[in-house]
Amino acid sequence: MSRRRLLAIARKELIQVRRDPRSLLIALLMPVLLMGLLGYGARLDARHLPVWTFDRDGSQESQALLHRVRASPYFDLVGTVDRYDALAAAIDDNRCKLGLVLPPDFSRRLRSGEAVTVQALVDATDDNTANLAIGYAETVVDGFSADVRLDWVRRQGLPDLAAAPPLSIEARTWYNEDLDSRNFIIPGVVALAMALVGALLSSLTVAREWERGTMEQLASTPVTAPEIMLGKLLPYFLIGMADAALCIVIGVGWFQVPFRGTVGTLLVATALFLIVTLTVAFTISVAIRSQLGASQIAIIVTLLPFNMLSGFAFPIDQMPAPIRAVTYLVWGRYYLTVLKAVLLKGSALADVAAPMLAMAAYAVVVGVLATRVFRKSLD
Amino acid sequence: MSAAGNAVLVEDLVKRFGSFTAVDHVSFAARRGEVLGFLGPNGAGKSTIIRILCALLRPSAGRVLVAGLDVARDAEAVRAHIGYMSQRFSLYDDLTAVENLRFFGGMYRVRAAELRQRIAWAVEMAGLRGRETELVGTLAGGWKQRLALGCAVLHRPPIVFLDEPTSGVDPVSRRDFWQLIHQMAAGGVTVFVSTHYMDEAGYCHRLALLDRGRLVALGTPAELKQTAMRGALLHVECPPSPQALTALEGAPGVLEAAIFGDGFHVVVAEAEPALRALPPYLAARGVPCRAIARIPPSLEDVFVQRVGRAPAEARA
Amino acid sequence: MDAAIAVDELTKRFAGGTTAVDGLSFAVAPGELFGLVGPDGAGKTTTMRLLAGVMTPDTGSARIAGHDVVRDPEGVKRAISYMPQRFGLYEDLTVDENIRFYADLFGVPRREREAQAERLLAASGMAGFRDRLAGQLSGGMKQKLGLTCALVHRPRVLLLDEPTTGVDPVSRRELWRILYELVAQGVTVLASTAYLDEAERCHRLALLHRGRLLLCDTPGRLKAEMPGAVVAVTAPAPGTVRDALAGLPGITSLLLVGDGVHVVVDDGDRRAAEIRERLRTAGVEFAAAVPVAPTIEDLFVASVGAPAEGAS
Repeated sequence: MSRRRLLAIARKELIQVRRDPRSLLIALLMPVLLMGLLGYGARLDARHLPVWTFDRDGSQESQALLHRVRASPYFDLVGTVDRYDALAAAIDDNRCKLGLVLPPDFSRRLRSGEAVTVQALVDATDDNTANLAIGYAETVVDGFSADVRLDWVRRQGLPDLAAAPPLSIEARTWYNEDLDSRNFIIPGVVALAMALVGALLSSLTVAREWERGTMEQLASTPVTAPEIMLGKLLPYFLIGMADAALCIVIGVGWFQVPFRGTVGTLLVATALFLIVTLTVAFTISVAIRSQLGASQIAIIVTLLPFNMLSGFAFPIDQMPAPIRAVTYLVWGRYYLTVLKAVLLKGSALADVAAPMLAMAAYAVVVGVLATRVFRKSLD
Repeated sequence: MSAAGNAVLVEDLVKRFGSFTAVDHVSFAARRGEVLGFLGPNGAGKSTIIRILCALLRPSAGRVLVAGLDVARDAEAVRAHIGYMSQRFSLYDDLTAVENLRFFGGMYRVRAAELRQRIAWAVEMAGLRGRETELVGTLAGGWKQRLALGCAVLHRPPIVFLDEPTSGVDPVSRRDFWQLIHQMAAGGVTVFVSTHYMDEAGYCHRLALLDRGRLVALGTPAELKQTAMRGALLHVECPPSPQALTALEGAPGVLEAAIFGDGFHVVVAEAEPALRALPPYLAARGVPCRAIARIPPSLEDVFVQRVGRAPAEARA
Repeated sequence: MDAAIAVDELTKRFAGGTTAVDGLSFAVAPGELFGLVGPDGAGKTTTMRLLAGVMTPDTGSARIAGHDVVRDPEGVKRAISYMPQRFGLYEDLTVDENIRFYADLFGVPRREREAQAERLLAASGMAGFRDRLAGQLSGGMKQKLGLTCALVHRPRVLLLDEPTTGVDPVSRRELWRILYELVAQGVTVLASTAYLDEAERCHRLALLHRGRLLLCDTPGRLKAEMPGAVVAVTAPAPGTVRDALAGLPGITSLLLVGDGVHVVVDDGDRRAAEIRERLRTAGVEFAAAVPVAPTIEDLFVASVGAPAEGAS
């Protein structure tokens, strides 16, 4: 392999990217835009959900429950009604997401030790929020219920031991203590930005030479196919790494995502991810000799699976088994695992060996495939 | 058409695109049944003039009458009187020959009964009888060319414009095509052709030489060869070495010399004296001259001499 | 002396059944300006691509500058330069950047690259355009830049695929002048062209038709050996000339041209006289009827055979 020829190809590619306003836009502006949009816009959790209540009991106990609801960070108690249809109307008008109805025999049943049901009306047009709202409501009610039970036991004079549950679960969330979904999303956006930049720019490179007719002349010179491939990918690799650094700086510095791991591990993981993404996009560019076609296929093959199947937006373990099997093919999944581990858990290289090796293996396979597909011939 | 028998009349035509003057005060007329050729390098203005004549562009200044109609005022009416065949034939590769003909017949609003007859004529003219239902994309250049011509004249226009009609077509088909053009012209159709094949220019009745938007020469091929050419053209047969070239360029009476195959084409001020003087002159400089004769200039010689140094260079 | 280019039964077929190159054999001597001539579809471009090593032949072989195209394509590529029809200039790179790129690909040392570039650019009048983006050059200049990039590593053989297509006649002459200079310096040049009149400028030429070799010789010998001759009749009404000559023996075909009729006959002088006689008898006005030298196009048409029917 001639280093000189390789650098000649790389230099040419870099000059062309520098002089193409669209490429520059993709390379520099898009990652920042993505970070801003998704960092601020995408929330997977919910706070301050508007709640309206209908207290048909109006007792001290019912007020105690409502007090809990008011105190919860998940809910904003915005209104009370004294008619059922007013509550329904409020949900219809989108004035609240959740409606709580406390029955008229709330306190009586509570005092006599009978079970009480609190009704929750939820706007389920937004499935996600609805589930969250119900979940939060259950949490609040469970907490109240536990206190009531304890209180009842004590009043009966029974020994605490018999009635109190033998085990209590104290939930403590690790690594993302605030359960801030942002800490979960931002790493995904970093990978997304890199994948987008890498896939888009790299997929155009060979297709462009075919379209403009320069590939034929290139094929007639002594430069070898591997030299062309490495030379072309080198600038995009550097751009991708720079973009990753930029996004991580924005994520940690601006959005205050924690960075508990080592830079070295992050570097290696990012490099591997980029190599795979670039090589896949390059192979597409070789196979599809039109720029428009190549970029579209590249988006479908790299971005779509990343969005859906890497664990970025939808948890993998919630997916049905066959789909879960498919996710093993999505290399973004491994990168996300490592990224979150390094940022949030502070993992060292050894801890993330498995996903790293998976990516490395992927890189080898895709690399070999690319050299097989890319030939310096018009046939 | 005007009483004078001019199918097309162009008076002092000017076309500007911003600060760029594509057509610079061009004037000419074309009679019925004439084959008029536009010759010139790329960027000379050939396509622009044709587009103005087709009422696809409006003149910046000057008067253009096509079939007696003013292109600036009656553009739509003009287009009904003309046929246009573009450089790449503008046929639909994924339609059959007949489908293409029907499409263009519809575009030109040829009436149904007449269209059937015209389509039959076009198929026959193009030599595609028995192949009408083949996709055009599978046809070779020569057939596509004739089919495209057929599509352009379905509505029997009195004036036809052909923009580089023979690019990519083999020489045999090209010759046939030109015979077809002459037949049409004999029937009274005025044909405008733009081409950069110099040897094809000889098929035209008259030629308009264009360069950088200006009309540089206008006349029959014979007239151009006689009057447009300064001096006489000689063919000097001798080893085409750089030394010989230098010697020739410095010889008395020699205006220009260029290597040509196994010898030189030399433009001299006067033929007879040069024929006598050159062989000994060359021999004295160690260049053996096997033969020397006067040859008629080709249209390319005329063109090169009139247009001179590559105009693109001066602009670059 | 060994041939610079030796082609032996080269064949290339494409999917769909087309045989683009069919058993082609010819040889080019060192320092020769050789023309591959033929209309579109004759197989010129495919032949060039096979010789340049960017396509592999199905059968047959070729040796260029001492390297076998099939067994040692990379050796071929080091010794030659190939300029395809869409020459590989990068429009978003400057003249200098383009030259440097190709020089690097061929491993030309920097000092030599500088010297060659300066020389070549000066010769084509482009010395002041080194920082100009290639996309902003005129057509003729782009071509000269393409040539410069092709010559920077001093190839022994130059393959040019239709270098003059679409180029105006003045630039075309300039290009031929450059080619002659190259040949004088010992470079072997193989150029393909669809312009049959350009064929006359070559030292030797090969006429191709549908992938096969029709003729191969110097232009002079080819024309001398052409069967028959052409009589050019100059007349104001070519149609009447054609009608008047109907039935005259010895006429192979008639071609209407702008200012008369070209008559292809078997014996030039004899038939010219007969034509003049017939026209006079018929009262058809004509200015002259003389035998003229046939052109390469006449040669081609005569070799290929009868024209397609349905024309006249």
